[in-house]
Amino acid sequence: MLSVHEVTTAYQGLVAISAVSINVEKGEIVCVAGANGAGKSTLLKSIAGAERPRSGTVTFDGKRLDGMAQHHITATGIAYVPENRRLFPRLSVRDNLRLGSYLYRGDANREGPLDLVFTLFPRLQERLEQRAETLSGGEQQMLAIGRALMTRPRLLMLDEPSQGIMPKLVDEIFQAVKRIRDAGMTVLIVEQRMAECLEIADRAYILQTGRVLMQGPAAEIRGNPDVRKAYLGL
Amino acid sequence: MGLLYGLIAVGLALIFGLMDVVNFAHGEFLMLAMYVTFFLFTFFAIDPLLSAPLAAAALFVLGAAVYLVIVRFAMRAKANVGMVQIFATFGLAIVMRGLAQLFFTADYRSVPNSWLGGKTVSVAGIYLPQPQLFGALVAIAAFGGLYLFINRTDFGRALEATREDPGAVALVGIDKNRVFALGWGLGGALVGLAGAIMATFFYIYPDVGASFALIAYVTVALGGFGSVFGAFAGGIVVGLVEATTALILPPSLKSVGIYAVYLLVVFIRPRGLFGSM
Repeated sequence: MLSVHEVTTAYQGLVAISAVSINVEKGEIVCVAGANGAGKSTLLKSIAGAERPRSGTVTFDGKRLDGMAQHHITATGIAYVPENRRLFPRLSVRDNLRLGSYLYRGDANREGPLDLVFTLFPRLQERLEQRAETLSGGEQQMLAIGRALMTRPRLLMLDEPSQGIMPKLVDEIFQAVKRIRDAGMTVLIVEQRMAECLEIADRAYILQTGRVLMQGPAAEIRGNPDVRKAYLGL
Repeated sequence: MGLLYGLIAVGLALIFGLMDVVNFAHGEFLMLAMYVTFFLFTFFAIDPLLSAPLAAAALFVLGAAVYLVIVRFAMRAKANVGMVQIFATFGLAIVMRGLAQLFFTADYRSVPNSWLGGKTVSVAGIYLPQPQLFGALVAIAAFGGLYLFINRTDFGRALEATREDPGAVALVGIDKNRVFALGWGLGGALVGLAGAIMATFFYIYPDVGASFALIAYVTVALGGFGSVFGAFAGGIVVGLVEATTALILPPSLKSVGIYAVYLLVVFIRPRGLFGSM
């Protein structure tokens, strides 16, 4: 479904990821793990069009994405939830969700995915009229995912969804990711919390200093003695 | 008059609120709208009442084009983006003024014998000039329309979202450049409306925009930077202050009151009457 081929992205001459290749198949949950600065966020930005890769190709369902404008990439069916969520802070929860369905504004059923969003995150329904900035960190993450779902993605990309969230909600969000996959979407998730991420993922990649260090089925990576020692602290 | 100041200032505040860019060519937009009205009247005998929407449409196109052709590139500057923007729009103002002198000459023009020009209406014994009265109505209608547009439509919501975080709208598939161009177009259309009405009771010459632009900046600052509602309310305040000053002081000093009130507000409440910053 998604194929990233030897993508190199640099910021002002500083190479953040170097010849990274990953594949995501339809219906999978793929976890990209690694330490801070390994290039995980850059990888997602390069796919979403928020950063322009210096070389390499990104293909989504046969369509070349590299070089495409970011808002066009969203329209191809990729929803990207960045690390800092980027909600519209002074707009209400309702308006944030409504903006998610902007691409379907002529559509009678534009609010279609709203049922799924409220099933996953009932709290959002209680807070519809509240400004996004008044939500807790966890609720903001839920709203960011909710807004992304409103774009009706086939591929959902999450950057560190657990960041800045209390532990109880982290679990809720990871459970939601599983249910999003069960609803027919594909999920690419970038995380520093490797243990939780590997638990829900089908396959995983480990990035280190901008390169793919290891890849394989999540269970296999979880069982790898080096990974256990270096990343999982076991 | 205050409502017309408000209308001019709303255009300025809309653009500033949307993208933190001050359009220093705003007065020249007004000047051009007045000339558009003048030429439509002189050559095609279209009364300003009817040509106002045409002037608004012309200025919408101009505003959007200025964003797409000039400001968009000015914003890509690697350093000192603020300065680059100021000089880009300021330079545009000078170019527009120069071109107006070249093509329209420096002569003072006017739109004589328009339907409303020079006529008055008596309300409870007070004579009110019709053009200004009509201008006030148009300003209120335009502001109401803008309010509904921003609050009720998807484009309006996109405008608000872009104002909040232009970097995030692509996440929901919105092209920020289109929204910015729309914002500039709307700002232009509002000042275009104001220009069409002002052409009926004000002389038209290449520098006419400067004095009104200055008042518009004061109005925006008074109302609170970036607040569209504040700009409109600020316009009313400025109009009232100007009228009151003209009663007390000689008419040639009528602007003094505006700047005095402005200084007062800046001292006491630097963010403006309705500012949130």
